[in-house]
Amino acid sequence: MAVTLNDYAGLQPAWCPGCGNFGILSALKMALVDLGIPPHKLLVVSGIGQAGKLPHYMKCNTFNSLHGRPVPVAVGAKIANRELVVIAVGGDGDGYGEGGNHWIHSMRRNHDITYMVHNNQVYALTRGQASPTSGAGFVSKTTPEGAPAPINPLALAVASNTSFIARGFAGDVEHLAGLIKLAVSHKGFSFLDILQPCVTFNHVNTYEWFKKRVYKLDADKNYDPSNKLAAFEKAQEWDERIPLGIIYRKQRPTYEDSILALADLPLVKQSIEPARVEKMMADFL
Amino acid sequence: MDFNIMVAGEAGQGVQTIGIILARAFARLGCHVFADQDYESRIRGGHNFFRIRIKDSQALAISEPLDILVALNRESLSMHCNELTKTGIAISDEFRDPDLSRQYKIIPMPLSGLAEEKAGDKRTFNSVAAGAAMGLVGFNFDLLSAVIKDYFTQELAENNIKAARAGYEYVQQQTMTNIKSDLSTVIKSSRLLINGNDAVAMGALAAGCKFLAAYPMTPSTPIIEFMAAYEADFNTVVFQPEDEIAAVHMAIGASYAGVRAMTVTSGGGFSLMTEGLGLSGMTETPLVIVLGQRAGPAIGLPTRTEQGDLQFAIHASHGEFPRAIFAPSTAENAFWLTIKAFNTAEKYQVPVILLTDHYLATSYFTVDKFDTSAIFIDRGLPLNEEEMGKLSEYKRHRITGSGISPRAFPGLSQALVVTDSDEHNEEGHLIEDAETRVRMTDKRLKKTSALRKDIAFPLIYGPKSANITLVGWGSTFGPLYEASTFLRKQGVNINLLHFTEIWPFPTRGVSSLLINSDKIFIIENNATGQFSNLFISKTGLKVHSTILKYDGRPFTSDYIIKELSREQL
Repeated sequence: MAVTLNDYAGLQPAWCPGCGNFGILSALKMALVDLGIPPHKLLVVSGIGQAGKLPHYMKCNTFNSLHGRPVPVAVGAKIANRELVVIAVGGDGDGYGEGGNHWIHSMRRNHDITYMVHNNQVYALTRGQASPTSGAGFVSKTTPEGAPAPINPLALAVASNTSFIARGFAGDVEHLAGLIKLAVSHKGFSFLDILQPCVTFNHVNTYEWFKKRVYKLDADKNYDPSNKLAAFEKAQEWDERIPLGIIYRKQRPTYEDSILALADLPLVKQSIEPARVEKMMADFL
Repeated sequence: MDFNIMVAGEAGQGVQTIGIILARAFARLGCHVFADQDYESRIRGGHNFFRIRIKDSQALAISEPLDILVALNRESLSMHCNELTKTGIAISDEFRDPDLSRQYKIIPMPLSGLAEEKAGDKRTFNSVAAGAAMGLVGFNFDLLSAVIKDYFTQELAENNIKAARAGYEYVQQQTMTNIKSDLSTVIKSSRLLINGNDAVAMGALAAGCKFLAAYPMTPSTPIIEFMAAYEADFNTVVFQPEDEIAAVHMAIGASYAGVRAMTVTSGGGFSLMTEGLGLSGMTETPLVIVLGQRAGPAIGLPTRTEQGDLQFAIHASHGEFPRAIFAPSTAENAFWLTIKAFNTAEKYQVPVILLTDHYLATSYFTVDKFDTSAIFIDRGLPLNEEEMGKLSEYKRHRITGSGISPRAFPGLSQALVVTDSDEHNEEGHLIEDAETRVRMTDKRLKKTSALRKDIAFPLIYGPKSANITLVGWGSTFGPLYEASTFLRKQGVNINLLHFTEIWPFPTRGVSSLLINSDKIFIIENNATGQFSNLFISKTGLKVHSTILKYDGRPFTSDYIIKELSREQL
């Protein structure tokens, strides 16, 4: 039976009208329907923040975890059942702040999951404080003298040898859906930084601000996304022009591929056999 | 038969290697063995020792006087000679000390010289010493040689056997009296020699733990290494993540997806894991955490023991949710309690903390082979695909009479498994309303009453009519058992009440066990009497006195007897 958008219909979102999250949710559902992934084969693990509520607004296996922790929960679930399609979602504070260590190391290990960061450059759920990606000088109640310089998530991803790195824009749903399809289909860690205007708390990086700057890399025939140095250079572009699309993509063995115990049946389908310790006990005689 | 050997030297001299080889050789002969170790947090130098007690009946703790001291350096000789019994003998390299030689029986022998001469490798000097110790007790050399062969790689084994033979023959040529060891009376049987960590790892594998995520930390690191070594035999994934926060969340993710999962750590790592403990409680995801206590706070004494994390384990994480805490007493008990930890975690869908400590983790016990037919796997309420098909809609957190909701695993059926760290409804979706909050909190807490029934009562050792009772928990069992047995033989009307399943506290039943006790002494390895406070608050019983030890060293029966001698028993 073909998967339809209706299969993914969830609860009514509690986001602000005009929130970039709506575009991301639509793009994700479109991508999953196009890929023909039924909801029961999908696990979405989310963090805390407005982005963390996303799986409640669709219909699938859902683990809404803690702030900063969707990636390790997703990795554990993927190791337990390789047959699940696993997507982790969270915001920029969640992924680049609280969960920064998990993010970097999971990219380096190349777990076969997709990680979508809804990057609105602000803490929205806690009402408007600066985030790790807020622009330098961003004034908020906790940073009255302006935020310090932001991190560069794409450059960090390139440095971590991430096997799939892309940037999407919540204001271009169709293009974003295309990127999500590629990310989910990619074997290995797919990192997707999604520019998400926050209509309530970020009055700098608005839809208009982005629309003036974003351009699509796919149109550039000269850009080679398998060139790491070029990707690092591309990752530096921000203030004047902001590239969308695949920044870097290079297949390499996944963590799950390198583990003998995962070669055969998924762990969750393996039986428990206590008698196997008999053989082991002989080593302690 | 009951005698003690100590191997002492500096880190890097192979103190532990010789210790394990000697202990294993005695175990293979059929002796009962107990061994503990004392080492510093360093790779080279310092002072380490490994003590082995050899008996023809159950050995559960060290007794302090030494029959044989193997001193690999001068410092070890001068530090431990005074622990020798009147007939005790020390083996050392040729560092002559006229003062010590006058007072004690010392065999100075060219350990390095013999190693070089007979084995062609100076580094085997410790095997020369091991051979010498075995020569003193008249141990069958072929059996020792077989143990050495199994311990080392083939390449190293040959030289180490030659070295051991050199030491063995050297002491036999000495005129000094041999140690009376009565090894001929030992009844042959096959016993495993395992430490607490080995037992936990074995228990976890036997229980079907399919995923271990853990960040190295003393004293729990060997559990990770052990399970990694058996990964292929058990189709288990052992994973070393970036930190303990990741470790606990990965284990939770794997458990949610349907496999038995565990993490192991010490107090510092557990501090980082506390938010994950709450996540397990809130999402009702089974989780087993091994908390190997060491002397804290902060880094504390990294290679020393303490029972200082009990109250922390009981209260860790914000909010209210049920949990279970087990504190194994011996290696054998650790094996079975680890299996019970997995069963309990899945049956009640709660986090279970296995509270070991450095002493239990690194101490060796001889145990009879575990009867694998007695291992019971209880996965609680997982639904199979057929059962899932019959449901019109699956609710992960369905409210039931017991509070326990049937579990489905994502991807294995059409059922969608939804859970949330936010307060949620039966479907697993986040909510804000007061009524649902109360219903879901009650649902989770309700599981405690059934869980409590699964907690075993503490055991009484000795006559129920005793008017003096020693109370302990976890790893102090061996020294307490030996101390109480000794005192009873001296005519003291004493028994021991020992707890291994601590939380939910088995309140009912304790008072009736202690109906005749006029004086209750609580003995524990911490400074503030954490268990004592718990015991008093839960039972309402009066504790006469506590014996607390927080110098980072374990209790011995000699120490407990000495402390009790100050009291009028």
